[in-house]
Amino acid sequence: MRIARHFASIGIALAGACTAASACAQDAAPEPLFERMLQRDFRPKGIASVDRLAQDEVQKLCTETRDRPAAAEQARVLREQLAKIAWPADGRFLGDWRAGERLAQDGRGMTWADRPGGPVGGSCYACHQLSATEIAHGTIGPSLLHLGRERGASPEMQKYVYGHIYNAKAYNLCSYMPRFGVSGALTEQQIKDLVALLLDPESPVNRD
Amino acid sequence: MAPHSAMGCRRAVLAAAAMLAALVSAAGEPDRTSEAIAKYREMLDEANPAEFDEARGAQLWKTPRGPRQVSLERCDLGKGPGVVKGVYAELPRLFADSGRVQDLESRLISCMTSLQGIPEGDIVARPFSTDAGRSDIEALVAYVVGQSRGATMNVSLRDPAEHIAYALGERLFYYRAGPYDFSCATCHSQDGRRIRLQDLPNLTTKLGAQRAYTTWPAYRVSQGLFRSFQWRLNDCFRQQRFPEPVYASEATIALTLFIAVNAGGAVYNGPGIKR
Repeated sequence: MRIARHFASIGIALAGACTAASACAQDAAPEPLFERMLQRDFRPKGIASVDRLAQDEVQKLCTETRDRPAAAEQARVLREQLAKIAWPADGRFLGDWRAGERLAQDGRGMTWADRPGGPVGGSCYACHQLSATEIAHGTIGPSLLHLGRERGASPEMQKYVYGHIYNAKAYNLCSYMPRFGVSGALTEQQIKDLVALLLDPESPVNRD
Repeated sequence: MAPHSAMGCRRAVLAAAAMLAALVSAAGEPDRTSEAIAKYREMLDEANPAEFDEARGAQLWKTPRGPRQVSLERCDLGKGPGVVKGVYAELPRLFADSGRVQDLESRLISCMTSLQGIPEGDIVARPFSTDAGRSDIEALVAYVVGQSRGATMNVSLRDPAEHIAYALGERLFYYRAGPYDFSCATCHSQDGRRIRLQDLPNLTTKLGAQRAYTTWPAYRVSQGLFRSFQWRLNDCFRQQRFPEPVYASEATIALTLFIAVNAGGAVYNGPGIKR
């Protein structure tokens, strides 16, 4: 599927082998020792509580397999992740691309230095190229420049982009991309604004 | 490095920072952006304000301080009491007297408490410099690492405790958690990636670990402050959306050891200078 391929490279899998120097020394640090270290050596600060250290199923599976889970397990957890997406009740996916651009530029939110209930951005430019005018973009994720121009803005495409921002792990299980809807970082309206940014022909992503 | 006056040095850094804006906007095409940044870094290398922190650290090192009014000149950083030359290239390591694997910062705390009698709480109250005040321990770090410039990185795993620390550090490096599912590896396990304009070292490769580790600790131009390796890790965990790592804790030392071992064989070239 062409659309899927466009996003697939976000979750570059790591080489499964341990680094040479370690000689696969994982056994030298048994799980309980590691767990004790986490409990002892991290402390809550601001909004960043220590319960953030507990892994959910995706985090655990991707950590243990170095982002290469076995096919059967991967298919099962992908289905679970897809079920976590709350689709818009009004069936609409396109918001305001101008608000989307502001969100894409905004890298704030969720750190111990951020206020509780303070603004949370999409941090999109941290990892993606989105527009021709913003050259200060990261390269961890693929370029999304001209996404709408190249892929169109069909209802299926809108739904796909909405779902991907809401829960990237429903499409690519060990993607490096955060699950902005599942984590509560972004609201339904904010995700719609980002969908518009990516797909609207008038947005800086598609018009240059 | 040639000596500079404080003003001259800072002016040179500001000039380089201004040049960055010019270079980046002149670059135009995104693929030329990294080239422009590399040029900016070259310019920065010519004037590193970290030497002022090194000088302050050298003074702190030899001045009698604390309740016992002794200097740190009998502090054992791994090569025997009082030896500073080249020690950073072999840290972290296991210390027989403490029975712990220690990095430079945790070892400095040991010396300040055991030799000078300074309560640990007083030392870790200000582990990092801020605009409001400078950290003594960061200045000491600047001095000590500066004395390892030119030394070959040689952190080895001899004792089982060091093997365990390495393995714990490796586990922590790949541990995905938090609201954004990030691990260290999210940003630091691929070549040639950036966040915004910031190049990200691939710490899973020898070359990537070497380049990163041998240029930290560093003077951070955008903050106007010298930064220790403990600070570097702390700020990574902040951006990872994790809770805060305890200063000089086993977790931070294990992670440091993991990266330091991976950087083996490189010539240490700190303190560095960063954007």
